[in-house]
Amino acid sequence: MSEVIVITSGKGGVGKTTTSANIGTGLAMLGMRTALIDTDIGLRNLDVVMGLENRIVYNLVDVVEGNCRMKQALIRDKRYPNLYLLPSAQTRDKSAVNPEQMIKLTEDLKDEFDYILLDCPAGIEQGFRNAIAGADRALVVTTPEVSAIRDADRIIGLLEAKDMGQVHLIVNRVRTDMVRRGDMMSVDDVMDILAVPLLGAIPDDEAIVISTNQGEPLAGTDTPSGQAYLDICKRLLGEDIPLTMPDGGRGFISRLTGFLKRA
Amino acid sequence: MFCRKHVFGSQSGEIARKRLKLLLVADKTNCSPEFLEMIKDDIFAVVSKYLEINSGDIEVGLTKAAFRGETDYVPVLYAAVPVSRRLVRGHFNAVI
Repeated sequence: MSEVIVITSGKGGVGKTTTSANIGTGLAMLGMRTALIDTDIGLRNLDVVMGLENRIVYNLVDVVEGNCRMKQALIRDKRYPNLYLLPSAQTRDKSAVNPEQMIKLTEDLKDEFDYILLDCPAGIEQGFRNAIAGADRALVVTTPEVSAIRDADRIIGLLEAKDMGQVHLIVNRVRTDMVRRGDMMSVDDVMDILAVPLLGAIPDDEAIVISTNQGEPLAGTDTPSGQAYLDICKRLLGEDIPLTMPDGGRGFISRLTGFLKRA
Repeated sequence: MFCRKHVFGSQSGEIARKRLKLLLVADKTNCSPEFLEMIKDDIFAVVSKYLEINSGDIEVGLTKAAFRGETDYVPVLYAAVPVSRRLVRGHFNAVI
């Protein structure tokens, strides 16, 4: 049975695309047939983070408008043959696609893939409505900042209003040192405020910048964020992986904290 | 939590948390902080008939919580009303 997951946040720049790329890569590593869809029409980025920007021929709008077949637009990943990207169009805008077309698109992909991940654009307008239309569940990405959490709260409200199935939270860019000295909200604080179950917390990690520079997602690599992303993927597959908090939150096993201390 | 506050000087994380809580209440209820002030004043008026309380200590807000095994979160009005220390012995326990 395949599952369509939208990765959203409200606020821009909190790591939606990075998270999409890494969860997609992680799921593919774990043997799942995975499709990544960039739904940010007009501002495509997922292709660059995946390092596939030179292979684009057709895009999402071409598929929707019938200019090409789905298979022609899907780009196979460099490293994982079971991972594909459907890039967004760069020269069009959000109005080129409507929610009904997105539902059809995701339905068509369900035959071929176990997981279909939708990288949602920032904002709550049509791009957001398109991205969530065909999704079975949602992952809300936020950072421990007032503005990002406020927007996440708004997005969670909208997802609940649209009867989105499960909604899970990913807290990105957690700085252990800052949480410890009281200058950053902890993952527990964010969870308390948003009242949505946590799927994972990602430590702020230089390795992410390097991986984005290279166009190779780092899920599964021996880095704090790479392990955190792989854990998220395993939890998506239903494995019971204990929540590790980069900030060593109360009541959780904090292996990552130990790792960060050594580093 | 408390000792951390005393050991370290800067606590901007705590400031952020408090600002955010107020902000979200205002966003969600579409009502002004004054509306919550009114609820707070009424709670003070009622509770102060029975217990020694300080109006400045009362904290009122809206949050979401899951109840008794439910997985759904529902909106909840919470009110924290600290009572005078002098009441803690004897009388306090009887009232609560």
